Amino acid sequence: MNLFGFARKQRRARSAETAKDRLQILLAHERSGGGRGGEADYLPMLQRDIVEAIRKYVSIGETDVEVRMERGEQMSSLEINVELPSEVGSKAG
Amino acid sequence: MTADLKEKPALGRVIVITSGKGGVGKTTSAAAISAGLAKQGHRTVVIDFDVGLRNLDMTMGCERRVVFDFINVIQGDARLKQALIRDKRLENLSILPTSQTRDKDALTKEGVEKVLDELKQEFDYIICDSPAGIEHGAQMAMYFADEAVVVTNPEVSSVRDSDRVLGLLSSQTKRAESEGADAVKAQVLLTRHDPARVESGEMMNVEDVLEILAVPLLGVIPESQAILRASNIGTPVVLDQPSAASKAYEDAVRRLTGEEVEMRIAGERRPGLFHRLFGRAS
Ligand SMILES: Nc1ncnc2c1ncn2[C@@H]1O[C@H](COP(=O)(O)OP(=O)(O)OP(=O)(O)O)[C@@H](O)[C@H]1O
Ligand SMILES: [Mg+2]
Repeated sequence: MNLFGFARKQRRARSAETAKDRLQILLAHERSGGGRGGEADYLPMLQRDIVEAIRKYVSIGETDVEVRMERGEQMSSLEINVELPSEVGSKAG
Repeated sequence: MTADLKEKPALGRVIVITSGKGGVGKTTSAAAISAGLAKQGHRTVVIDFDVGLRNLDMTMGCERRVVFDFINVIQGDARLKQALIRDKRLENLSILPTSQTRDKDALTKEGVEKVLDELKQEFDYIICDSPAGIEHGAQMAMYFADEAVVVTNPEVSSVRDSDRVLGLLSSQTKRAESEGADAVKAQVLLTRHDPARVESGEMMNVEDVLEILAVPLLGVIPESQAILRASNIGTPVVLDQPSAASKAYEDAVRRLTGEEVEMRIAGERRPGLFHRLFGRAS
């Protein structure tokens, strides 16, 4: 239908491709959560559990655990940083 | 480390990006303005108040890194520090995403105030991206504002809604309710301005809109392809390749910080030339 269809396809901005990729990755994660956007809902609980587990051995505060996530196409990574009190780690001043 | 930066006390200025009408460019503007402020060296955080939808993360390009959100913080499920996402391009820019799963009522006045107070300790500018409408979410976004950017398109329903929002800003905010406090400083950001259509008389010009709303003009953002490109790739337009839109946002940002920047409005420099040549009627 479009006389300029050919030219348009050639010049199809690469940013549209990026948009599609980003959406596919994001939506795959959001849908897999069961409900809408349910995926990340377990993270606060996971964090609480991690804090409790570590507290059995070391005394840490709630803010000493940091959870970061990076969602990818093939896999996602969950990065958990735990700041331990200085008696446990090396005594860096 | 960044000791000299840390030593300067934070300005803690809360600016709401609001409009009443939906889809006029609030989130685009919140992203561009916050990135623009950070680019100038100001410690900036941008908060998504559009609970249930969450669009700011995509516009900022950090959607894959959301772990905790604004509502988690309000409800005590996460600390503010854990929910803030540090921008990968600008180290003094952070994003506080909203929740997709909760409803707007999760935003309580007390909760919002507590989060804002904590952010004020660390950030110079706190940009609040309001949801459309004038209901609870929009009211929460504007309640604690020191300043407001009223995003308006040169189009009748948008101007009308902006007028209503200006009314709310002068009555339903903390500043309005506190005796002796200065009013919320409101400015209009005219977006999706199309010089060709203004020239042809199809679109109200900047003067028309300002005459009706009677508040100062923060800037005029042209209708631009650069905006779609920026949102496709998840980059605030001021961090993408230079364009008329990025330039216009950068000027607006400088005005926001108190700089005097000459207003350049495409297509409105030669008043009436086309009208004189061709007349208004067919
Ligand atoms: N200056 C502009 N030129 C071209 N397109 C624009 C411009 N500003 C915004 N848009 C487009 O308009 C649409 C709506 O923008 P945006 O999401 O920023 O609006 P919003 O006010 O936040 O919407 P909502 O009320 O749903 O939150 C987007 O597709 C955006 O790319
Ligand atoms: Mg929006």
